[in-house]
Amino acid sequence: MFKYLFARSEDIPEGSAAVYFGFSAIVWFVIGTGLGAFNASKLAFPDFVTGLEFVSFGHMRQVHVHAVIFGWISMAFAMAMMYMTPALGNTKLWSEKLGVWNAFLWNVGLSLGLTLLWAGMTSGREYSDFPWFIDLYIATFMTIPLGINVWMTVINRKTQGIYTTNWFFASAVFMVSIVFIVGNLPEWFHLTGLTEAYLTWWFAHNVLGLWITPVAAAIAYYTIPKVTGNPLYSHRIGHLHFWSVVVFYSTPAAHHLMSAPLPEWLKSFASVEGVLILVPAVAFVSNILLTMQGKWNMFVENLEIRFTVTGCLMAIPLNMQGGFQQTRAINWYIHGTGWIVAHAHLALLGFSTFLEAAAVYLGLQTLMKRKLYSLTLGNLHFWFLLIGFTTYWVSMTIAGLIQGAGKIYEVPYIDVVMAEHPYMIARWIGGSLVFTGNCFWLYNMWMTARAGTVIPEGRMAHELAYER
Amino acid sequence: MVNFREYKIGARFFGLALGGSMTITLFMPSFDLRNVNATEVALDKQLWAGHESGFSLADPFLTGEHRPVRVTLKTDPKTGQPMASTVAYVYPAGTPLPNGVDHPDNLGNIVEQLSRDKGRIGEASKSQGAVFLLSSEPQGDGSKQFYIENASATKGWNPEEVMKAAGDENTYHASYGKAIFVREGCWWCHTLLPEETQDWQVFGAPPMLGDFNGESPTAFGSDRKAPDILHVGSRNSSREWMMLHFFNPRLVQPHSIMPRFDYLWGPIDDKGQKIDFDKWRAEYNEYVDGKRVTPPEVPMYASNSDARALIDFVLSLK
Ligand code: HEM
Ligand code: HEM
Repeated sequence: MFKYLFARSEDIPEGSAAVYFGFSAIVWFVIGTGLGAFNASKLAFPDFVTGLEFVSFGHMRQVHVHAVIFGWISMAFAMAMMYMTPALGNTKLWSEKLGVWNAFLWNVGLSLGLTLLWAGMTSGREYSDFPWFIDLYIATFMTIPLGINVWMTVINRKTQGIYTTNWFFASAVFMVSIVFIVGNLPEWFHLTGLTEAYLTWWFAHNVLGLWITPVAAAIAYYTIPKVTGNPLYSHRIGHLHFWSVVVFYSTPAAHHLMSAPLPEWLKSFASVEGVLILVPAVAFVSNILLTMQGKWNMFVENLEIRFTVTGCLMAIPLNMQGGFQQTRAINWYIHGTGWIVAHAHLALLGFSTFLEAAAVYLGLQTLMKRKLYSLTLGNLHFWFLLIGFTTYWVSMTIAGLIQGAGKIYEVPYIDVVMAEHPYMIARWIGGSLVFTGNCFWLYNMWMTARAGTVIPEGRMAHELAYER
Repeated sequence: MVNFREYKIGARFFGLALGGSMTITLFMPSFDLRNVNATEVALDKQLWAGHESGFSLADPFLTGEHRPVRVTLKTDPKTGQPMASTVAYVYPAGTPLPNGVDHPDNLGNIVEQLSRDKGRIGEASKSQGAVFLLSSEPQGDGSKQFYIENASATKGWNPEEVMKAAGDENTYHASYGKAIFVREGCWWCHTLLPEETQDWQVFGAPPMLGDFNGESPTAFGSDRKAPDILHVGSRNSSREWMMLHFFNPRLVQPHSIMPRFDYLWGPIDDKGQKIDFDKWRAEYNEYVDGKRVTPPEVPMYASNSDARALIDFVLSLK
């Protein structure tokens, strides 16, 4: 890949940037989940590896979170954009060279940022933990160049209209850049106090709502029709989804701070808007599931469809949970408990990861023109992820309910810690399954690149039978 | 280029939607937040915590550089005469000034006025250093209005004299300690925000609107796995307990899942002797296995160690 950094744009094979992003994403996924499992082990067995600053939980937790959000999720998004946007515009990527540089600088910036975080150089603001110069780097060398490539590809498309997926892509890269710049105002201008606290969560909320959620959904809008061959069930519901994300998902940031002394009107407003996020959620899930009509056999037979539909199905409990947990009637009980950690992983390790994994499987096979090396390994990956995640989610939800009960019955905190212990162990086991599954995946994709059956011209990956 | 025009309406609505959303969620709350007057809690906190507890150019690796200290004075630093115990916040030359002194408008109208007129905070300078006091003015209704006083201007106190008059045992490196709290990620488990529900009975009163002015980062924490510690200094003020607990939490609480922070002791103890961690751990393991009756002795931390600063910080959380 490095040789293309200085090649002429015409000499770079189509799809190079996407492949570069795709493999980087998988590698970050392996690293990120490895760190997640390691962190989980520390919460289960505090004396497991001890006495070293660099492996302490407090230094590694944020490295895990940023490795999975900016390495795995966001690089998988970038890979999806690099190949879906041109495919849907019936054209080529605007600049393959910019794309390759983008992927390269992304890896460099992220490695640097994570190293600094690991060393303890942090802003101390959850989700915007990077010091401000790394944030500046992310906006300038990561999100904005990605945006330019997507926008220019959309502008230079050879189709009349713009397909749903591309509205989402084009607007989400724009929104995430804005969110990065505005959300880090406390660091640019040293804003303090409640303003800092609120902007921290404004940032966190909008990265989830205006970046991760819409892009993950946009990917499904491509994968399902492409692989099943069914047209999208409804373009109009797609519109409803898009507009309701922009209007409703951008407003409830304060629901993360329901127990802080923010203005009451802001908390009430956030809580109402938060329930309205069910509008885009229902629109999305129903649109995708209705598109599956007549092709449900593929849910069993086809790996990409299985990943995508599973992710979609997870959006149902995710958003139901989200909508309810942020009302004042319920939030006080589960705020700050393992319940929220379970919700966060249902969102990112469940819903969004499953959709992205499908996109990376599909994209890498299509661009490398090679059939997946091994279905068995693919199946193992799927089940390890699903079982590992489910173990995680169930155990953390129970732990959260215990913590919530501990709050109202005012038991000494140490009793809560003891009661949670078995669930901490369960989470660690679940996490280790996910990590193991991802190692299979990396191997499988590597072997696909080297030894996968070549897909004949004019054929699609899913039309070929699996061989192993 | 193909017909991009058909998306004009969509693009405008998009701008309107996003702009409207930012107006409601950012611009409108800013009015509420700007009008808040800093409380006594907020003034005290920003004076001891200093300008920034997370990454900053003055202390990029969060190792305690350029940080103020809080001291308790029993003698007047100018005359050496005994005086009523007084808390002062010392900013040695080159230390970034607290937010309320740098940007007094963040203090809220009333506090800003008093701090400027009576407290003379406008005269504080970073290059020469400054000493601040938390002072108050009686109000008509019997309550007190707190403000920041620049004692370097009002009393002529300078940082070196004040530090000398206080002595090491009356000096709290709480700002350095908060930087370690942020660096070591204590806040991933210990929240700094008792909730407005049942929490106050166990963890103390939830903070109020004006309790945060000038604090950065607030580091509330969102995933509580351990007790809230906003008021921990009022529940437990034992240095000895803190020392054992940081070195190895399981010395005082066998079921704790808190990591050991023995590495914050650094290589040497208070007498300058090298700390033999391997030996300590081996002996501790014997104790856990029942081969020893008592755990090994925890070494006393050096007075300039991270451990000392962290304990100073925790004990400042009243
Ligand atoms: C109807 C939809 C949703 C609503 C109303 C909602 C609401 C919430 C609320 C209120 C919290 C904070 C709870 C607390 O701390 O007390 C939260 C946390 C979180 N949500 Fe959601 N959520 C929704 C869907 C989603 C989706 C789609 C994603 C991502 C794809 C997501 C990702 C997260 C994450 C990562 C956290 C953890 C934040 C933290 O670190 O505390 N949520 N959600
Ligand atoms: C091997 C699987 C994983 C394990 C064992 C794991 C474990 C953990 C642990 C122990 C925490 C700290 C929770 C706490 O502070 O209470 C955490 C936080 C987090 N992880 Fe994971 N994780 C895994 C995979 C993932 C993946 C794939 C993603 C996203 C794609 C993810 C996103 C996050 C986020 C956003 C948080 C912060 C949650 C919050 O603040 O509520 N994790 N994870």
